[in-house]
Amino acid sequence: MTGPREFAAAAAFGERVRGQALVAADGFSARYDLDRHAGTFSRPEHKLFGRCYIGRILVLDRAKGGVATAWMLHEMRARGVMPAALVLNTVNPIMVQGAAFAGLTLMSGFAEDITVCVPDGALVELDPAALRPVLRILSA
Amino acid sequence: MLLNEAAEAMLRGDLGPARQWALRHQLEVGRFFAARDLVPVGQAHIMADTESLGEAGVAFLEGLAALPAHERRVRIPTITDPRGSDFAAAARLKQQDWMVALERRTVAAFEALGILLTNTCVNYQTIMPPVRGEHVAYGDTGVVIYCNSVLGARSNFEGGPSALAAGLTALTPRYGFHLDGQRRGSLLVETDWAPTALHEWGALGGVVGRLAGDYWRVPVLVGLDRVPGSDELKHFGAAMASFGSVAMFHIPGITAEAPTLADAFDGPPPALQRIGRADVERLLAAYAEGGDAVDVVVFSAPQLSLFELQHLAGLLDGRRVLVPLLAVTSPQVKPDADRLGLTARIEAAGGMLLQGMCFYQSYARELAEANGWHRLATNSAKLTNILGGYGYRPVLLSMEACVEAACTGRLT
Repeated sequence: MTGPREFAAAAAFGERVRGQALVAADGFSARYDLDRHAGTFSRPEHKLFGRCYIGRILVLDRAKGGVATAWMLHEMRARGVMPAALVLNTVNPIMVQGAAFAGLTLMSGFAEDITVCVPDGALVELDPAALRPVLRILSA
Repeated sequence: MLLNEAAEAMLRGDLGPARQWALRHQLEVGRFFAARDLVPVGQAHIMADTESLGEAGVAFLEGLAALPAHERRVRIPTITDPRGSDFAAAARLKQQDWMVALERRTVAAFEALGILLTNTCVNYQTIMPPVRGEHVAYGDTGVVIYCNSVLGARSNFEGGPSALAAGLTALTPRYGFHLDGQRRGSLLVETDWAPTALHEWGALGGVVGRLAGDYWRVPVLVGLDRVPGSDELKHFGAAMASFGSVAMFHIPGITAEAPTLADAFDGPPPALQRIGRADVERLLAAYAEGGDAVDVVVFSAPQLSLFELQHLAGLLDGRRVLVPLLAVTSPQVKPDADRLGLTARIEAAGGMLLQGMCFYQSYARELAEANGWHRLATNSAKLTNILGGYGYRPVLLSMEACVEAACTGRLT
């Protein structure tokens, strides 16, 4: 890989996280897109349909849909059916509120489309507490 | 973020752990969005069905409810979005005992917190509409988009925890749609066709929502040839919010903050994007595939107004449904529907009139499994957008076509 391996984010919070990225140029809503019992994407039209999100760093385009995600992330965490972190080009307040309530690492706002920059399956690290929050690709 | 003395006291824990949690949560969210300070709010509206809360969320609420009264009670009028169960109908819907038990625990916790269990997503029609310029903390995206756009109130999408925090502190972080700059138009859309039926208004909202596709964009719609009514804008806005995560729109000459097209924008409008009937028909056609048999017909999302129920009752007079027909309204409208004979007419045809819940917030996946429902007909564009992820194959039709499907078991 020859491109940049670090991507600065405009905003972030949460713990430093390392894990395998699950990437798609698609939106994210816990209610609209997930089977939260099976831990998979269940919306047939979603680009990650059928794939397991548990323990993965989700790298997606934008937050979408309604307000339910604000409670659902907390509920998913309690049952251990949870992604390791959320990385989005664009967030809405619900995703931020939900991640804050659930204690989930969240990062958003990149100079480039982050779903293009991060290969699906790459090992990545999120450092939200750095002076400038950053996503690092450790291996692709 | 700048905090006044009262907020500092809450943050220190002087007013108890509930308000301290709430302030900490608000600061974390506010800092993410670079909010300058917190703004006082006059009402809060909490979305908190137990499918979303789960055991963990209910236990969280019960923890707050166990605090002394002066520490736990909300400081401003705080109301609730639809619940996950209409207790009177739970058995007929084959909701399981654990679902009802979880709902009852949530109700008890909310009552202890001083929250009014209005259980409605149409509070702007039934409880107390906010006024132009009023800062509020509303959950339910349909409520937020209607109140921002039609009424000129100011709210972000406030998820359950954040709306609860606002109820406890009487504040919310000042970012997004609390600020003048975020409320100006950023997308200009012209329609060459005005819908007539509610499902078409929803579909048009879905088309605009997909075009916008972003919470931070504010569509400005031109080209309508008449002033839509409240139910039409209800379906239009709810679908736009659902399909696009959009929180505000303008219709010049109609909505609160856009007397003219020029008022809708800061500066010259962006390039015009044209949509029309063909776009709406494409959206409808995308849901049309999936077979002719219908398993269930649902009118919900948003809850039905008295006028919608009157129309539905008229369509059902002298008919008999072959497949379950569920209509959902608010606890405020239901007594009027009873008193005016609408409930009796709907039930005489075999329909069910439910109150205080919403179909997709009521364990929709489990309802499908328990009742064998897969193909669902509705006139709610919002509902069609949501239910795909729950394993349904929804189809978006007029109320008339939905009733026909309920009475024949097939799409015509």
